[in-house]
Amino acid sequence: MANSLQELGHYGIKFVGKLGGITMLTIKFILSLKEIFRSSRLIFEQLYLIGVKSLPLIVIISIFVGAVSAWQAAYQFKFIGAPLRFLGNAVGKAVVIELAPVLSAIAFAGRVGAGVTAELGTMKVTEQIDALESMGINPVRYLVMPRVLASLFMVPFLVIFADFVAIVGALLVSIIGVDVSSTLFLDGFRNSFKLSDFINGLIKAGVFGFIIGIVGCYEGFHAKGGAQGVGEATTTSVVISTVLILVFNFIFALILFRLR
Amino acid sequence: MDLNFIEIENLHKSFDSQRVLKGVNLGINKGESIVIIGQSGCGKSVLLKHLIRLLEPDEGRVVVDRNDLSQLKDKELIHLRQRFGMLFQSAALFDSLTVEENVGLELRESRLYSDKEIKETVNEKLELVGLTDANQKKPAQLSGGMRKRVGLARAIANNPEVLLYDEPTTGLDPITADIIDELILNLHQKLNVTSIAVTHDMKSAFKVAQRIVMLYAGKVEINGTPEEIKTTDNQIVRQFIEGRAKGPIKV
Repeated sequence: MANSLQELGHYGIKFVGKLGGITMLTIKFILSLKEIFRSSRLIFEQLYLIGVKSLPLIVIISIFVGAVSAWQAAYQFKFIGAPLRFLGNAVGKAVVIELAPVLSAIAFAGRVGAGVTAELGTMKVTEQIDALESMGINPVRYLVMPRVLASLFMVPFLVIFADFVAIVGALLVSIIGVDVSSTLFLDGFRNSFKLSDFINGLIKAGVFGFIIGIVGCYEGFHAKGGAQGVGEATTTSVVISTVLILVFNFIFALILFRLR
Repeated sequence: MDLNFIEIENLHKSFDSQRVLKGVNLGINKGESIVIIGQSGCGKSVLLKHLIRLLEPDEGRVVVDRNDLSQLKDKELIHLRQRFGMLFQSAALFDSLTVEENVGLELRESRLYSDKEIKETVNEKLELVGLTDANQKKPAQLSGGMRKRVGLARAIANNPEVLLYDEPTTGLDPITADIIDELILNLHQKLNVTSIAVTHDMKSAFKVAQRIVMLYAGKVEINGTPEEIKTTDNQIVRQFIEGRAKGPIKV
């Protein structure tokens, strides 16, 4: 019992330490923004590498997310006896507010967050980050700023695609599998669509993108040892990003979608 | 009393519960070629990294050209680091960049030079280390010796006053190791720099050093010329330079 408590305390201290470290890196990132134009080439490179190259993954995920949402919604409608003309409303809301931003961000954390941590972690353990510092080059400006900015801007960009593709997926399932006409589905979608929902989804996505980028860089910068250390840092990066995405998603729900 | 160019005073450093440096005192003069020897894991590289504040001491201080490193602001530290060049143990080349981009990175990032000037300097430095046909290769396409040479060309790209070598010959075959030693000697003479190398390769140490310092148990065990080291009665030093398993050093 005492041992378990001690272990729990140890993890608690470690977690608080990590949050402190991530906050410090965030401050350094903000300070490095004054040299943003100096890093423009690196930023564009990262926008392509971690943003544009994630597009196929997001498209594939979104089409199935849309498809399964339509199918499950239709199944539940049948169960409670709700009319299928509301299918477009329900699926549209769910996709734009929650499913596209959250699931895209989690997929992005798996692909990009892990990739950033593995890359920077390898640079750390092979002394490449020390080499940068020894040349008087600020690693936060050179490595962190381009990756975090790219992540911050590309997640919302990918969510726009995810919204569109998921609705197409849902529409196809509605027409083929549920026997709801495209007109009926799209009318429902149009009736429930609010620009503020869409924009709130993109704001959330931006915050998720920032979390993925900063956590990925922090874990990479703190990788220790060799391949095992980089592997552990990569796993930790994805776990922390995913947990923080879900926690912040709940906070956003409380702030943006008030019940009273 | 005149201060040395680099002063290391009562330096202590621990990692978790492991005490690596336990009060190192050392002065290094401008233009000297000094080699720090000692067993693997005795803190040689740790000491070297303190000289450009890649690591911060737990206790004690490092003074370079009358600047206490712990007191320097970010910009001052960057300027001081630009007066140094460092060859890392595994060369630490950037995988995603070509040889040419690696060597020219510091110049490019300083934004003080045109593309043409950078290209000319890169070619000049690569020629100095005897590597003229690898400009467009990536580090993964190079042998260990070639990587060290590129690392060396990168370290001297910005015409530093001090060159730091972290295990420059480790992992190389004897002939390539000797070529690297020759390069270190040549650069020391041609560029008139202060050279500080850490190694456990005694052949290399005797070849390039004007002064040899041995670290043992977290402190300086001996500090003398190569001749003094060769003829010392200190049994710890004798065991190390003769490479004997038996003696006062317990592994």
